[in-house]
Formats: sequence, C-alpha cells, structure tokens
Amino acid sequence: MDTHALSIENLCKIYKGGHQALVDVSLQVGQGDFFALLGPNGAGKSTAIGIISSLVNKDSGSVEVMGHDLDKDPVKVKEQIGLVPQEFNFNQFEPVGEIVVNQAGFYGIPRKEALARAKKYLTQLDLWGKRDVESRSLSGGMKRRLMIARALVHEPRLLILDEPTAGVDIEIRRSMWDFLREINRKGTTIILTTHYLEEAESLCRNIAIINCGRIVEKSGMSDLLKRMHRQSFVVSSRETIGEVDQLEKYQPEILDSTTLELSLHQDTDMNSMFDDLSRAGIQVVGLRNKQNRLEQMFIEMVTNPESICKAEQETGQ
Amino acid sequence: MQLARYFTAFKTILIKEVLRFSRIWVQTVLPPAITTALYFIIFGKLIGEQIGEMDGYRYIDFIVPGLILMSVISNSYANVVSSFYSSKFQRHIEELLISPVPNAVILAGYVGGGVARGIVVGITVTIVSMFFSDWQIHSYSITFLVFFLTSVLFAMAGFINAIYANSFDDISIIPTFVLTPLTYLGGVFYSISMLSEFWQGVSMINPVFYMINAFRYGLLGTSDISIGFAFVIIIGFIILLTSFSLWLLKKGVGIKS
Ligand SMILES: Nc1ncnc2c1ncn2[C@@H]1O[C@H](COP(=O)(O)OP(=O)(O)O)[C@@H](O)[C@H]1O
Ligand SMILES: [Mg+2]
Repeated sequence: MDTHALSIENLCKIYKGGHQALVDVSLQVGQGDFFALLGPNGAGKSTAIGIISSLVNKDSGSVEVMGHDLDKDPVKVKEQIGLVPQEFNFNQFEPVGEIVVNQAGFYGIPRKEALARAKKYLTQLDLWGKRDVESRSLSGGMKRRLMIARALVHEPRLLILDEPTAGVDIEIRRSMWDFLREINRKGTTIILTTHYLEEAESLCRNIAIINCGRIVEKSGMSDLLKRMHRQSFVVSSRETIGEVDQLEKYQPEILDSTTLELSLHQDTDMNSMFDDLSRAGIQVVGLRNKQNRLEQMFIEMVTNPESICKAEQETGQ
Repeated sequence: MQLARYFTAFKTILIKEVLRFSRIWVQTVLPPAITTALYFIIFGKLIGEQIGEMDGYRYIDFIVPGLILMSVISNSYANVVSSFYSSKFQRHIEELLISPVPNAVILAGYVGGGVARGIVVGITVTIVSMFFSDWQIHSYSITFLVFFLTSVLFAMAGFINAIYANSFDDISIIPTFVLTPLTYLGGVFYSISMLSEFWQGVSMINPVFYMINAFRYGLLGTSDISIGFAFVIIIGFIILLTSFSLWLLKKGVGIKS
C-alpha cells in the first residue's frame, strides 16, 4: 500500500473554555477509499475535519494528507483537499458563479480556466442556470450543492464532506449520493461525516466511529454490519467446558472453565443453539444476554443524539 | 510558478473587494462626496469668507487637502473593517483559510481593496472640491505618495480592527472614538500655529497630523512640519501595523479556534 490519502496520529484538541473535543485521535484513510466518520452531535467530527482543513488549530498530534505533513508543508496539504463544511460559509450576497470562480482564484487557477471549471461543476451539480443569482436566494439543497461545486473546482484528490445531507430532503439526498459515488469511482478519495448509519452504510467502504472525542471503532463497513446484527450470550455450564469445536458457527469464546460466550446472528433460532449446546455436552445452568456494544451505541445515538459525552463527563466516567 | 499562483489569488481577492464596494456605491462612494460638498459650502464658502486667510491661503483652499485626506482615511478603513468583519461573520473567510493562499496575500488583497476605495473616494472628493476652489497641485509625486500611503495605513488599521471585532458594534467604536477625533484634531480645519504651545505639542503625537500636513504640502506647498519626517512617521506606522497584522493572521487570532 502506498501513502494514505489521510493519516492522522494522536490528535488532541482542547477548546478555549477547557472542553476537550478530541482525545488522541488516530485514523488512516486509504487512497480511493470512501470513508465514513460516524458519530453523534458533539462527538468531535467537525473539529477533526476543521483541523485537517486548517480551520482549527490543533493542540498536539500530526496530520498527513497524501504524504504531506500539515505542519511542514501546509500549502501542499491544502492543495489536495476539497472541503464541504457543515454550515453554509459562502458570501450570501455574492452570485453563485462568482463564488466558485473566486474559490478557484484562491487556489491560483487563472481566470479563464476558473470560468471553464466553474461551468463544468455547476452544470454537474445542476446549478449552472443559477450562476448569476445571489447565493442567499438558493434553497437549502442548492446551497449544499453549491458548496460541493466550490470544493471540487480545484480538483482535489481528497474530498471531505461534513454532514453533507443534513437538512436535505430524501430525493436530493439520493442524487447527491449518486454523484459522490461517481466521483469516488473516478478516483477521488472521499471522507464524509454523518450521524446516520444508513448513509454510511449505503456509501462507504470503511468507517470509524467517534464518540466524546475518541475513536471507538474502526473497521470495514460490511464487517461492522455483520457484527452489529449479532447478539452475544454468556452461557454458564454445570461442568467444566471441554471441546467447543462443534460450536464453531457461534464464534465460541471460553471465558473461564464453566462460562462460555457465544455470538449468533439476530435471526438465528435460539432453540437450535440449545440443541447444539446439548450435542456438545454442555448443560446450561445459566444464560445471560450480553448487549451488543455497537448496537447499544447506535441506539443511544438515535435516542439521545447529543448528551452521551456530557452525561459521561459530568458523572466522571 | 508559485508566485504566479499567489498573484492570481491576490487579484481574485482585490477584484472581489472592488466589486463589493462598487455594487453598493450608494453607500460607499456617494456619501463622502455629499458630506465634503457640504463642508465646502458651509466651512469653505459661508464661514470661510469670514475667516479670511490661513497660512497665506484662502480658508477654502487651506481645508481642501485635509478634507480629501479625511475621506481617504475613513473610507480605506471602513472598507476593510466592514468587509473583513463580514467575512468572519458570514464565515466565508474560511474559503481563504482552507486555500493555499499565504497570509501576506490575504492581507494585501484586503488592504488593496481598502486602498482602491480610498482612491476612488479621494478622487471623487477632489473632483467635488474643484467646484469650490481652484488650486494647483504643488507636487504630484508627494501628493500621490501621501494619498497612497495613508490609505494603505488606514486600510491596515481597519483590518486589525476587524480581526478583533466580535460584533457590528466593535467595528464602529474605533472609527467613532479614535479615528474621527484624530482626524479633526490633526489640523484639517486649522493650522497648528493657531494653537498654544502645549496643544501644538499634543498635536505632534497624532500621526494623522503628519499625513494631513504632508498632503497639504503636496497640494499647496505649505506645511506645519518637515515633509521628510512626516514620511518617516507614515512608513514607520505602516511597517508596524503590517507586522502586527501578519502576526495576528499567523496565530489565527479572531479567525481560528
Ligand atoms: N469553537 C468552539 N469553542 C468551544 N467548544 C467548541 C467549539 N466548537 C465545538 N466545540 C465543542 O466541541 C465538541 C465537539 O464539537 P464538534 O466537533 O462540532 O462535534 P460534531 O461535529 O461531531 O457534532 C462539542 O462539545 C462542541 O460543543
Ligand atoms: Mg459537526
């Protein structure tokens, strides 16, 4: 594997006022990947993105983009990145076309070329007809697409989108997804943040989950989904457990001489698990359902999208 | 190669800034023209005729340089402070922060915009003044140099104000409480020879005083102080404020958390 599209090591950020938004965050994203950074509100996603794209100062740690170090060669790093931020951040009074052309200008692209590229990307994002309109008069979905066009105008190798579909209706969301898949297929590495598992699931190949400023999970998307939809049981046996080869499909794990952890797909018939246990000579005297950690996390994210960290910090956990 | 890119970025910021104040010319260029016309009518014509001569010039001719420079100062400043503050407020400053534009280019672009507005307004006011007084330019080079350096200096000051500003109030406090008094007390309407020794001394620590006198020298050929010293003061301040602005940008004060 050659250089990563993004490699961050031990990133820490404490905002003024003392809130620690990132705690020792390390992440690698391969070139060509479609990567999700998933986490509830306040988890630190935008802070991480902000540091990578030079909008937020880090306290410690390092960032490398396409092999270039952010501290040593910020210009090279900035050239590689296209950013679609979470909040609208264009001049509300500037016409749509000028916003994109000017952004190209900031990257040093001569005006003639900038105009051609603005036309190309505004057309792709269905905004060319709006080029002379003041940006504030666009709808929410159009504003989001404007920011995508603006992020692409210097043809970055790494496109970062911070909650690109927040507040965008389903239909436009789908077409945005198709658009992003197409860009990724043509070779642009994409990182997006989201707090919807479905969005990550439908788009991304790899995922990291961040909560309270810490990476709590990194894996391939399909692997994660497989693990998510399993449940685990802790089985107590009357006698010492011997051979568990026959239970292979339950991914058995011997915890101590009389306890065993089994994991099975949520749809699996539990009766057959007991049959298999009997056949393996294990007499079940106790059974405890173990919460699926991932699933637990997502349930919390959905039911309680903001407060996980704060509650934890307050109780000192 | 890299330099060409930076130049493109500079041009982009500059043109964007010029377009911004041109679009709203009714708010940016017209008011100073009207205000100075009023000054000329009231102070120059009506009151001025009663005053008679000042430093050997008709009063209306004597106040022309100060009035021109006053509008250059307030407009260079106002352009940068409001434009840069609103780029913070609307967050489009982020467009520049994520781009590979060196801080010096960002600063030059915004200051360039302020200078452009200072020049446009300065020329407008100069044209207005020609309806009321007929003066000959004593030295074109000194006139233009002071004109230019003054707008650079105050555009830069506006930039620093914008960096520290956290609300729209913060961008009007300095112009109201610092800039206006400094300009009025800088000898726009009087020659400091009219003041007592003590107040003459106080005037000497006002940088605007040197600019107005240098500019008056360029236009009329008269000044309360040495021109060379005035340039040293102006350029000294420019160097000071430029270094400070660059340092603020490097630290990300007011623009990065
Ligand atoms: N500029 C800031 N100053 C102080 N605290 C901040 C700032 N920005 C974000 N935070 C705090 O840092 C934490 C992480 O925020 P953020 O990175 O925006 O999370 P996410 O994007 O995952 O929702 C939150 O608790 C938030 O309140
Ligand atoms: Mg966020």
